[in-house]
Amino acid sequence: MHIMEGFLDTPWWQIWFAVSIPVILYGINKLNRLVKEKREILPLLAVAGAFIFVLSSLKLPSVTGSCSHPTGAGIAAIMFGPAISAVLGTIVLLYQALFLAHGGLTTLGANVFSMGIVGPLVAYLIYKAGMKANLNFYAVVFLATAFGDWATYLTTSVELALAYPAGGVLTFGALLSSFEKFAIVFAVTQVPLAIMEGAVSALLFKYVVNVKSDILVEMKVIEDSVVRKLRGIPT
Amino acid sequence: MSRKLELIVLGILLIFTVQFIYMSSTTDAEYGGADGEAEGVINEITGGTYEPIAEPIWEPPSGEIESLLFGLQAAIGAGIIGYFLGYYRAKKKYENELGYKGKSKSEGDRHSL
Repeated sequence: MHIMEGFLDTPWWQIWFAVSIPVILYGINKLNRLVKEKREILPLLAVAGAFIFVLSSLKLPSVTGSCSHPTGAGIAAIMFGPAISAVLGTIVLLYQALFLAHGGLTTLGANVFSMGIVGPLVAYLIYKAGMKANLNFYAVVFLATAFGDWATYLTTSVELALAYPAGGVLTFGALLSSFEKFAIVFAVTQVPLAIMEGAVSALLFKYVVNVKSDILVEMKVIEDSVVRKLRGIPT
Repeated sequence: MSRKLELIVLGILLIFTVQFIYMSSTTDAEYGGADGEAEGVINEITGGTYEPIAEPIWEPPSGEIESLLFGLQAAIGAGIIGYFLGYYRAKKKYENELGYKGKSKSEGDRHSL
């Protein structure tokens, strides 16, 4: 669930645009270069983008008795890095802001920051750390995408708390008090959904590794030895 | 090929579903959107004085139209994912069968989806 249209006052909506726009531009640049160098990644890019489309359209019920949706951005982050995920996330957020009155144009910057930048960054870092530590590949994908999803909604809570500190004055205590309230709404609702996102992401990764691991190896997403192990081929 | 991961994911989905069925039948939770609840928190913090600075430029005229557009979004995404996974799977299968490697570096094992 994104921040609704009009619910971030000046200066906050401008600030989040200022933070997000450079990342999006960098992402577009990186994407152009990547596509020029390796055209064969285009289908994979489409799959990663499509996964965000599917997951962010599924509003799921949570234990808190309210609904929210996963983001699906973790897959793109693992395959292409956080900057390109920001571009893909922006496309989905625009679709939802324009056609579904979900999220909004003034809050687009803030929503891109949480769903397109912080979430994917967290997923990317956890993935890299997990692979370095030689953990099970699917477990690492699960952890990376689940925590990436959750980080998105923690960020949303922080963004709202900054804009609406308790008592109207931005002090640390007021910020914390507001953050708690928003986190109960967003972050707690998100816990089971993040677990679902992690599970489904791991499954999709299994299928991609099965049919198209060569591109992933070439992009240095995954090492050849890991692919061999996953498929049970002796090295 | 091992179906362990599928079983684990299925298990997680089942736990989630059972939890939902149990919760929705024993409590009177409304299952509204978390963004609507956030609006309530904003009203509580500001004492109901906050006026949104902008309105959505277009809103789906009804809940039905909204679910249509959400469904469309999911369908587009699912179609793309299915198309490419199927394309790669078939490509790999026939490459293996014909013993054709060409420029493709995909490995010649019999594992598939």
